[in-house]
Amino acid sequence: MTQPVIEMRTVGKRFGKLTALDEVSLTLGEGEVLGLMGHNGAGKSTSMKLILGLIRPTSGELKVFGHDPGGSAANDLRLRLGYLPENVQFYEQLSGFEVLDYFARLKRIGSGVVTPLLERVGLGHAMHRRVKTYSKGMRQRLGLAQALIGEPQLMLLDEPTVGLDPMATRDFYSMVDELRGRGVSLILCSHVLPGVERHIDRAAILGQGRMLASGSMDELREAADLPLVIRLRTSRSPESIAETLRGHGVLARLAGDGRVVLKVPVPAKMAVLRELTADPEVADLDLESPTLESLYAHFDGTLRPGAGAESVPAPAFDTQQGVSA
Amino acid sequence: MRNLFIVAGKEFRDGLRNRWVLAITLVFGLLAIGLAYFGAAASGQVGFTRVSTTIVSLSSLAVFLIPLIALMLAYDSIVGEDEQGTLLLLLTYPMSRVEILAGKFLGHAAILGVSTLVGFGVAGAVIAAFGSVELLGELVAALALFILSAMLLGWAFIGFAYLISVSVAEKSRAAGISLVVWFFFVIVYDLVLLGVLVGTGGQVSEGLFHYLLLLNPTDIFRIVNLTFFEAARTQAGLASIGADAAFHPALLIGSLLAWVAVPLGLALWIFRRREI
Repeated sequence: MTQPVIEMRTVGKRFGKLTALDEVSLTLGEGEVLGLMGHNGAGKSTSMKLILGLIRPTSGELKVFGHDPGGSAANDLRLRLGYLPENVQFYEQLSGFEVLDYFARLKRIGSGVVTPLLERVGLGHAMHRRVKTYSKGMRQRLGLAQALIGEPQLMLLDEPTVGLDPMATRDFYSMVDELRGRGVSLILCSHVLPGVERHIDRAAILGQGRMLASGSMDELREAADLPLVIRLRTSRSPESIAETLRGHGVLARLAGDGRVVLKVPVPAKMAVLRELTADPEVADLDLESPTLESLYAHFDGTLRPGAGAESVPAPAFDTQQGVSA
Repeated sequence: MRNLFIVAGKEFRDGLRNRWVLAITLVFGLLAIGLAYFGAAASGQVGFTRVSTTIVSLSSLAVFLIPLIALMLAYDSIVGEDEQGTLLLLLTYPMSRVEILAGKFLGHAAILGVSTLVGFGVAGAVIAAFGSVELLGELVAALALFILSAMLLGWAFIGFAYLISVSVAEKSRAAGISLVVWFFFVIVYDLVLLGVLVGTGGQVSEGLFHYLLLLNPTDIFRIVNLTFFEAARTQAGLASIGADAAFHPALLIGSLLAWVAVPLGLALWIFRRREI
């Protein structure tokens, strides 16, 4: 394997008495997309700033493209880097074109890239209007265009889809896929990114400065051991279904829309499916793998004392009403 | 280094665009022409007065105005970008913090410098053309010295503005502290000095007193423009003490330069060490 783009080894960062980051290890390879998740104060911003070389780690080792991001090679590294900060407000009195032109020149790139970039993020029609007149979504697109200046090989995007409408969000993700295809490494940073699962290679979940979990979606699902959710359209009662599937550890309850919702341990998945498909009274079924959101809730829940994985409210299922089988 | 000039250029263009340059130029120009024309109104006549009178009254008004304009122009230079998030972004670009701060300072200094030069320069041309100037050379020399010292005074207070701007986390705080700084240097310092002088019955060593005046850029500005016209010293209040001391103009200009360099240097030092 080639040299990783980002290599963090047991990196810690303290601000006085406050430990912002505690022994966090993380690697990102070429063309990989990492979802970095966590609450405010979980250590996301600190990690980003460390990678950007804005602050130096108190302990551990951090390399970006094989160099110390805060060291003498910083300026060269920064030419290969694109960053979208959270809640950035660009110079209101300038036009979108002028804002991007300013940043392009600071990155030692000619003004020729500005118009194509603005058209790429869908701001071509508004590029000579002042930023003051832009909507929230347009400002976010301008920020994305800014991060794309100079075809960076590593992009750090903080809350990239905030303020984007569903169409723009879809455009954004197709851009992520395209960039990944070209070998660009990306870190998408967010509290929760609905629908992001299909576009990331790995997720890392931070909490209180520690790495709670990291890995591919499959690895995370395995580690979390969250049950599979199956929704049934059936005339049978949850109790009778639970009785039929006795021995598989299945929980069943009636959902508000009249469907029966089953919570199935992953190892029993195929056995349960065989039984259900053989049952003539089951008219239809939907399978739901644990979403990144529920995985995030699960791992985040392990932080809070007394709140075990079981009592974490998974969005798709309410354990309180479950009937044990 | 290239990025320093890109930042400076943007700052200057912002100043042109949001009419700062125009506004300051107009204020300075009208102030100078107005004082030259109506300066003698108190003694019952209207019309261009003597150059020395004009410069002296101009400097005693400008000493209030220039520091205020400089502080208003630049107090939010860093803290403003910090609040809108662009500072964090700029820091991830391939340039040093020194380049960011020095570039912005250069831009602001150019805004104030150009306005001072054009505003007072045009006023000087108007006075030369319509007033009864006996010695054109005297007018040119006096005005040149006035403009130079006015620029340096302005830059010193831009330096203060930067020092404030890198030290606080909110724009409103920076504005408040700027006002206090203005009030201290322009008004309080002289009052306290005067109080000490009167209170001690003039027992304070004269030499010490002269050097205390050098500790305030506004006093230096006053002295520079007074010493040029020895004759006008009676109108000048506290600063005439400094005029007595007959500081060499080069020493005065040098002290003003130090007043530009020290706050700016401190601002750079704080900004470089700051955790983001």
